[in-house]
Amino acid sequence: MRFARSAAHRIERFGEGLLPLSFGLAALFPGVALADGYPEPGQIGFQEAVTPIAQELQFFHNWILLPIITAICLFVLGLLIYVIFRFNEKANPVPAQISHHSGLEVAWTVMPVMILVVIAIPSFRLLTHQLTIPPADITMKATGKQWYWTYTYPKDQGGGFEFDSEMIQAADLKPGDIRQLSVDNEAVVPVGKVVLVQVTAADVLHSFTVPSFGIRIDATPGRLTETWFKAEREGIYYGQCSKICGKDHSDMPIAIRVVSEEKYEAWLAEASKKFALKDTAPVHFAANGASGVKQ
Amino acid sequence: MSANTFERHHEEQVSHATPTGWRRWLFATNHKDIGTLYLIFAIVGGFLGGAMSILMRMELQEPGIQIFNHLAEIVNGASPETAIDAAKNLYNVTITTHGLIMIFFSVMPALIGGFGNWFVPLMIGAPDMAFPRMNNMSFWLLVASLTLAVTSLFVEGAPGMMGFGGGWVLYPPLSSNTGHPGPAMDFLILSIHLAGASSILGAINFITTIFNMRAPGMTLHKMPLFAWSILVTAFLLVLTLPVLAGAITMLLTDRNFGTTFFDPSGGGDPLLFQHLFWFFGHPEVYIMILPGFGIISHVISTFSRKPIFGYLGMAYAMVAIGIVGLVVWAHHMYTVGMSLDTQRYFTFATMVIAVPTGIKIFSWIATMWGGSIAFRPPMLWAIGFVFVFTIGGVTGVVLANAGADRAFHETYYVVAHFHYVLSIGAVFSIFAGFYYWFPKMTGYMYNETIAKAHFWVIFVSINLTFFPQHFLGLAGMPRRYIDYPDAFTLWNRISSFGAYLSGIGAILFIYVIYDAFAKKRLAGNNPWGPGATTLEWTVSSPPPFHTFETLPIIGSSEH
Repeated sequence: MRFARSAAHRIERFGEGLLPLSFGLAALFPGVALADGYPEPGQIGFQEAVTPIAQELQFFHNWILLPIITAICLFVLGLLIYVIFRFNEKANPVPAQISHHSGLEVAWTVMPVMILVVIAIPSFRLLTHQLTIPPADITMKATGKQWYWTYTYPKDQGGGFEFDSEMIQAADLKPGDIRQLSVDNEAVVPVGKVVLVQVTAADVLHSFTVPSFGIRIDATPGRLTETWFKAEREGIYYGQCSKICGKDHSDMPIAIRVVSEEKYEAWLAEASKKFALKDTAPVHFAANGASGVKQ
Repeated sequence: MSANTFERHHEEQVSHATPTGWRRWLFATNHKDIGTLYLIFAIVGGFLGGAMSILMRMELQEPGIQIFNHLAEIVNGASPETAIDAAKNLYNVTITTHGLIMIFFSVMPALIGGFGNWFVPLMIGAPDMAFPRMNNMSFWLLVASLTLAVTSLFVEGAPGMMGFGGGWVLYPPLSSNTGHPGPAMDFLILSIHLAGASSILGAINFITTIFNMRAPGMTLHKMPLFAWSILVTAFLLVLTLPVLAGAITMLLTDRNFGTTFFDPSGGGDPLLFQHLFWFFGHPEVYIMILPGFGIISHVISTFSRKPIFGYLGMAYAMVAIGIVGLVVWAHHMYTVGMSLDTQRYFTFATMVIAVPTGIKIFSWIATMWGGSIAFRPPMLWAIGFVFVFTIGGVTGVVLANAGADRAFHETYYVVAHFHYVLSIGAVFSIFAGFYYWFPKMTGYMYNETIAKAHFWVIFVSINLTFFPQHFLGLAGMPRRYIDYPDAFTLWNRISSFGAYLSGIGAILFIYVIYDAFAKKRLAGNNPWGPGATTLEWTVSSPPPFHTFETLPIIGSSEH
């Protein structure tokens, strides 16, 4: 079932005839991502990027970092192989005794510096983009708890409710669900909007992660951290808690459903009713000072 | 001191009979005996930690939980109904203990306590360490520390569960009463206190020995690179371990005496612990790799029959790595929500470390260049080290970028990275040192063919284990997970097969040692020929109980 769904996406994107090719390409280039919102069997690259930040991050890794580090490894490997064949005791019985060469030493100090500068420029640009949060269209709050997430939607944008999002146990999976990733209540956001996510934790550390959005931010008791994303395509995007938080650390996935503006409005109305009871419930993290430090 | 008292004192010393039986080891003050104790301890620790990693790989070979539930029934006495919950806890306890054991009870004891104690005095022409009795205390504190760590496995941690399962980083609130109210964490804190005290005492001993007890003529700039590496390492230990000790003491008082250093409800902050921890934790990774750098320099120089290329550059590259290594700690914390400028600084500072590291890699290759290389077992490990350390190094450059680390933090990419530099890098340097100095320490030569087979099995298996973990990390698999989405199965399976193969390598290693002691092939003072120029090769194999009672004089050209 899962396969059928992912295959459908793939055909949409690559065209039917290209399907086998895309498999082959993925094996050659770790950068080519096939999955969408969740990992694919045997995948060796990133999950598909659906936000500008994730695209920039993946470009930075796949086209700048990966070629550079691959070239460095091959260069060192090449030197080692040359030395092994050229300067073994049979090929070169009498060792040279040279042990200094200032020019060479300066060269292998300056060259890495230049490579690092090449890396640093796009790196700092990406970092600035990640941490400079544009004006938000939607604000939502994710609270990490042992071992599920609670999402809160503020009242002034049609919400005023919160709900828990728990992993569906293996025994309860329905066709199309993904083991270890699917949850009972997904967080829902509109497509193409800047979503500000405020993150905190109620008990121990957790970490809010969605690979397709290129975001990861720790949930810390007593702190309110924030990150943002602007999803450019509808779909369900999964992530998993990324800070060890006890027994069920591997069982508290994050699932975000990106929908059209109309569907989002409809969901808001429905969810306001469905989760209305929880509106008056005490908010756990308030005890830890959720209004706490913000960077 | 008059000449007379000096003589009398000297006579007393030489008239000391070599102690025998248990007194020789329990009361050991001889640097070689203590070094041997440390090495045996490190091998025991390595096998303990290694067994744990095999168990983890068995669990991760397939999605779902199928090994640790049975293990929990055996170890924790869980019933079949509670076995899955107990398994999840036991898995976390296992990753935590695996990390702590490998760091504190295997790699550090092997490199610093083992080879450091054995060869720093021999290399600098000193009769022993500066404080022999303190040296004894360093070792036995470590045994007490391991005892406490193992005890911690079998007392309550999380409610109704045994052991502490919060990762070796010990982050509160998981490590405070919120996450683990039971005494398991207290045992672990005290264990780390003792291990820390042991290392601080050892570091003071090395610094004093190296500064005060070098043979006449051996200036710092003539000192062998292994002694340099231990010197830098000792400074890192003295500067950072007290910070860790402070942090875990604060954690201890948070847990037991009502303080709230790391508890926001009392005005504390969990992030404070992370900063303090990594102020120690990052230099700690250099503590584990710098002595390895020293060993690799000796091995490559010996088997290329060439002096090390760019000696001063090599020595000061280690100093530079040590200094810069002290100011990059928060690159382990890019995702905690630090400000843009802070992340920019830590990205920049971390990338700087690549420069001295590059100098070392290229200097090793330049040392081989023009040499007459003999591919004896230590040299295989050293060449293997240069290659795998390069792989681990370049992924370190990737992770240094805060922007990219957003995708990799707490994923298997990080696991692959630090196992390439530590599990492969540091461990390769330990094996290089072991095969290099084994004939010196025991007087016996091992079977070189089996030793080479050991290298190849480990080289293949460990790459098979850790290279696929890069793919898992890129695809987003978080670390410290007992169960994962089915899509991650393929590379986990391959990684697990690699781990099993490395278990065969470990058995080969034991066989090499057994074979060497069984066959008793005499090694001679210097089995490695004219390339081995440092002082330890001038004494017999094994060296006499007391060496350099008459100090050697160092000529102008040696180092």
